[in-house]
Amino acid sequence: MAKITVRHLTKTYNSNTGKVTALEDISFEVQPYESLCILGPSGCGKTTLLRLLDCLIARDHGEILLDGEPVTLPRSDVAMVFQHFGLFPWKNLEQNIAYGLTLRGCPREEITQTVQRYIGLVGLKGFERSYPYQLSGGMQQRAGLARALAVNPSLLLMDEPFGSLDAQTRETLQEELSRILAHERKTVLFVTHSIDEAIYLGDRILLMTPRPGRIREILPVEIARPRDISRVRSDPRSVRLRAYIWDQLKERAAN
Amino acid sequence: MKNSSYSWGIRFLSLVVVLTVWEIYGRSVNPILFTYPTAIARAFVELVSGGELQRFLLQSLEVFVYGFALAVAVGIPLGILLARSKTLSLALEPYLHAIYSTPTVAFIPLIVLWFGFQVFAKVVIVFLFMVFPILLNTHQGVKNLNQDLLEVARSFCSNERRLWLDLIMPSALPFILAGINLAIGRGLVGMVVAEFFTSVAGLGYMIVQYANSFDTAKLFVPIVVLMVLGVILIGLVKVIERKAAPWQNREGSEV
Repeated sequence: MAKITVRHLTKTYNSNTGKVTALEDISFEVQPYESLCILGPSGCGKTTLLRLLDCLIARDHGEILLDGEPVTLPRSDVAMVFQHFGLFPWKNLEQNIAYGLTLRGCPREEITQTVQRYIGLVGLKGFERSYPYQLSGGMQQRAGLARALAVNPSLLLMDEPFGSLDAQTRETLQEELSRILAHERKTVLFVTHSIDEAIYLGDRILLMTPRPGRIREILPVEIARPRDISRVRSDPRSVRLRAYIWDQLKERAAN
Repeated sequence: MKNSSYSWGIRFLSLVVVLTVWEIYGRSVNPILFTYPTAIARAFVELVSGGELQRFLLQSLEVFVYGFALAVAVGIPLGILLARSKTLSLALEPYLHAIYSTPTVAFIPLIVLWFGFQVFAKVVIVFLFMVFPILLNTHQGVKNLNQDLLEVARSFCSNERRLWLDLIMPSALPFILAGINLAIGRGLVGMVVAEFFTSVAGLGYMIVQYANSFDTAKLFVPIVVLMVLGVILIGLVKVIERKAAPWQNREGSEV
């Protein structure tokens, strides 16, 4: 059974110029433990799609099934990593990472252990007592990732998580995410506007076009894991894929 | 370090110069109209050794503390309530802003008429001076919720009670403290003016009494005490602000 099934999902917004269709008739499936990258230019509704899947906003039409069950409210086995990090400025790293577990009322000891494990996993040992404002963007997003992983979600939603980081930090975090996901098997939906990021992290790429947001094509990335970031970039398959995606996006822009 | 000792040096030097000039000039003026620092110091010692200053100070502080406690006890919950209920805020906001904009002194004769000349009437006056900045700032603070963090809380399935603990109260706290800071300045004014108008007690009465008897040196003593009181109270709130909301101080942050 598919992990996620999306059928005929539609979302419109009201703006002062009238109705704007953000997403039109979106249908796709994601298999368990698959990593699907949602790629498209800004304004194509990819963040809207992710927020709909987490039930943070209401859809107009369509159906979302998780493990075959329809979903209408945010679920505790789905965790999101935000582009804006979304850390609470008044909580230190440890408290921020413990957030989801605290909400569930887990025993204190279990929380401490789990949090320690994920702090280690994302490489933040020694910063437990630091506050977000004392840390770099890259470190804040590591904490955001640890917070999402700590609740042991079966589905991880990532909304341009590395979009606001500098190129070098972004690459490091891409590698670490790929390493972490090799251990912690999750189904991942990763929104990005970077073609390279999508090719490196995705098993498949869902290519979207804007106004209205539609699925253009779903492309498999046929490069075996574990992937090495510099090798993936020079792999002929990825070069071809990148060129193909570029053509698709350009053709669309020309119309 | 060097810089800070330099600025403290300048401050100290400035104080010495001003006090010296005041002392020299003050001695040459009719003592009914003006006075000088050493005369004030002598008057201070005299008023303290007689126990008079302490007695009046305690009377004032009693009024201030009660008025402050009442303003906090009413202002914060009412501010929260207004932020929670759109209807209530629409219904009450015009009156609150109107009363806040009216110079509060204008209400004093009315309050004396209603509540008499004793402690209770003065507490009501101090309360009126203090409650609005606390109320309106709390309202602002609760309303100014970071929408991104609200989404994080919803994504992690926070319940209403935890939402208040994790998000709403901590984010409103700096606003509330800023309101208290404003209220303290206004509350001291209210306290003194209330004592001008009402019974024979407090630092305000002391000022009136020594002004009427042309004892200018003694008149300055309660003024200096009030000044010191204001500086201490506002400094105290600043310390609490720094301790309770360290993320507000963004200096040295990398983001």
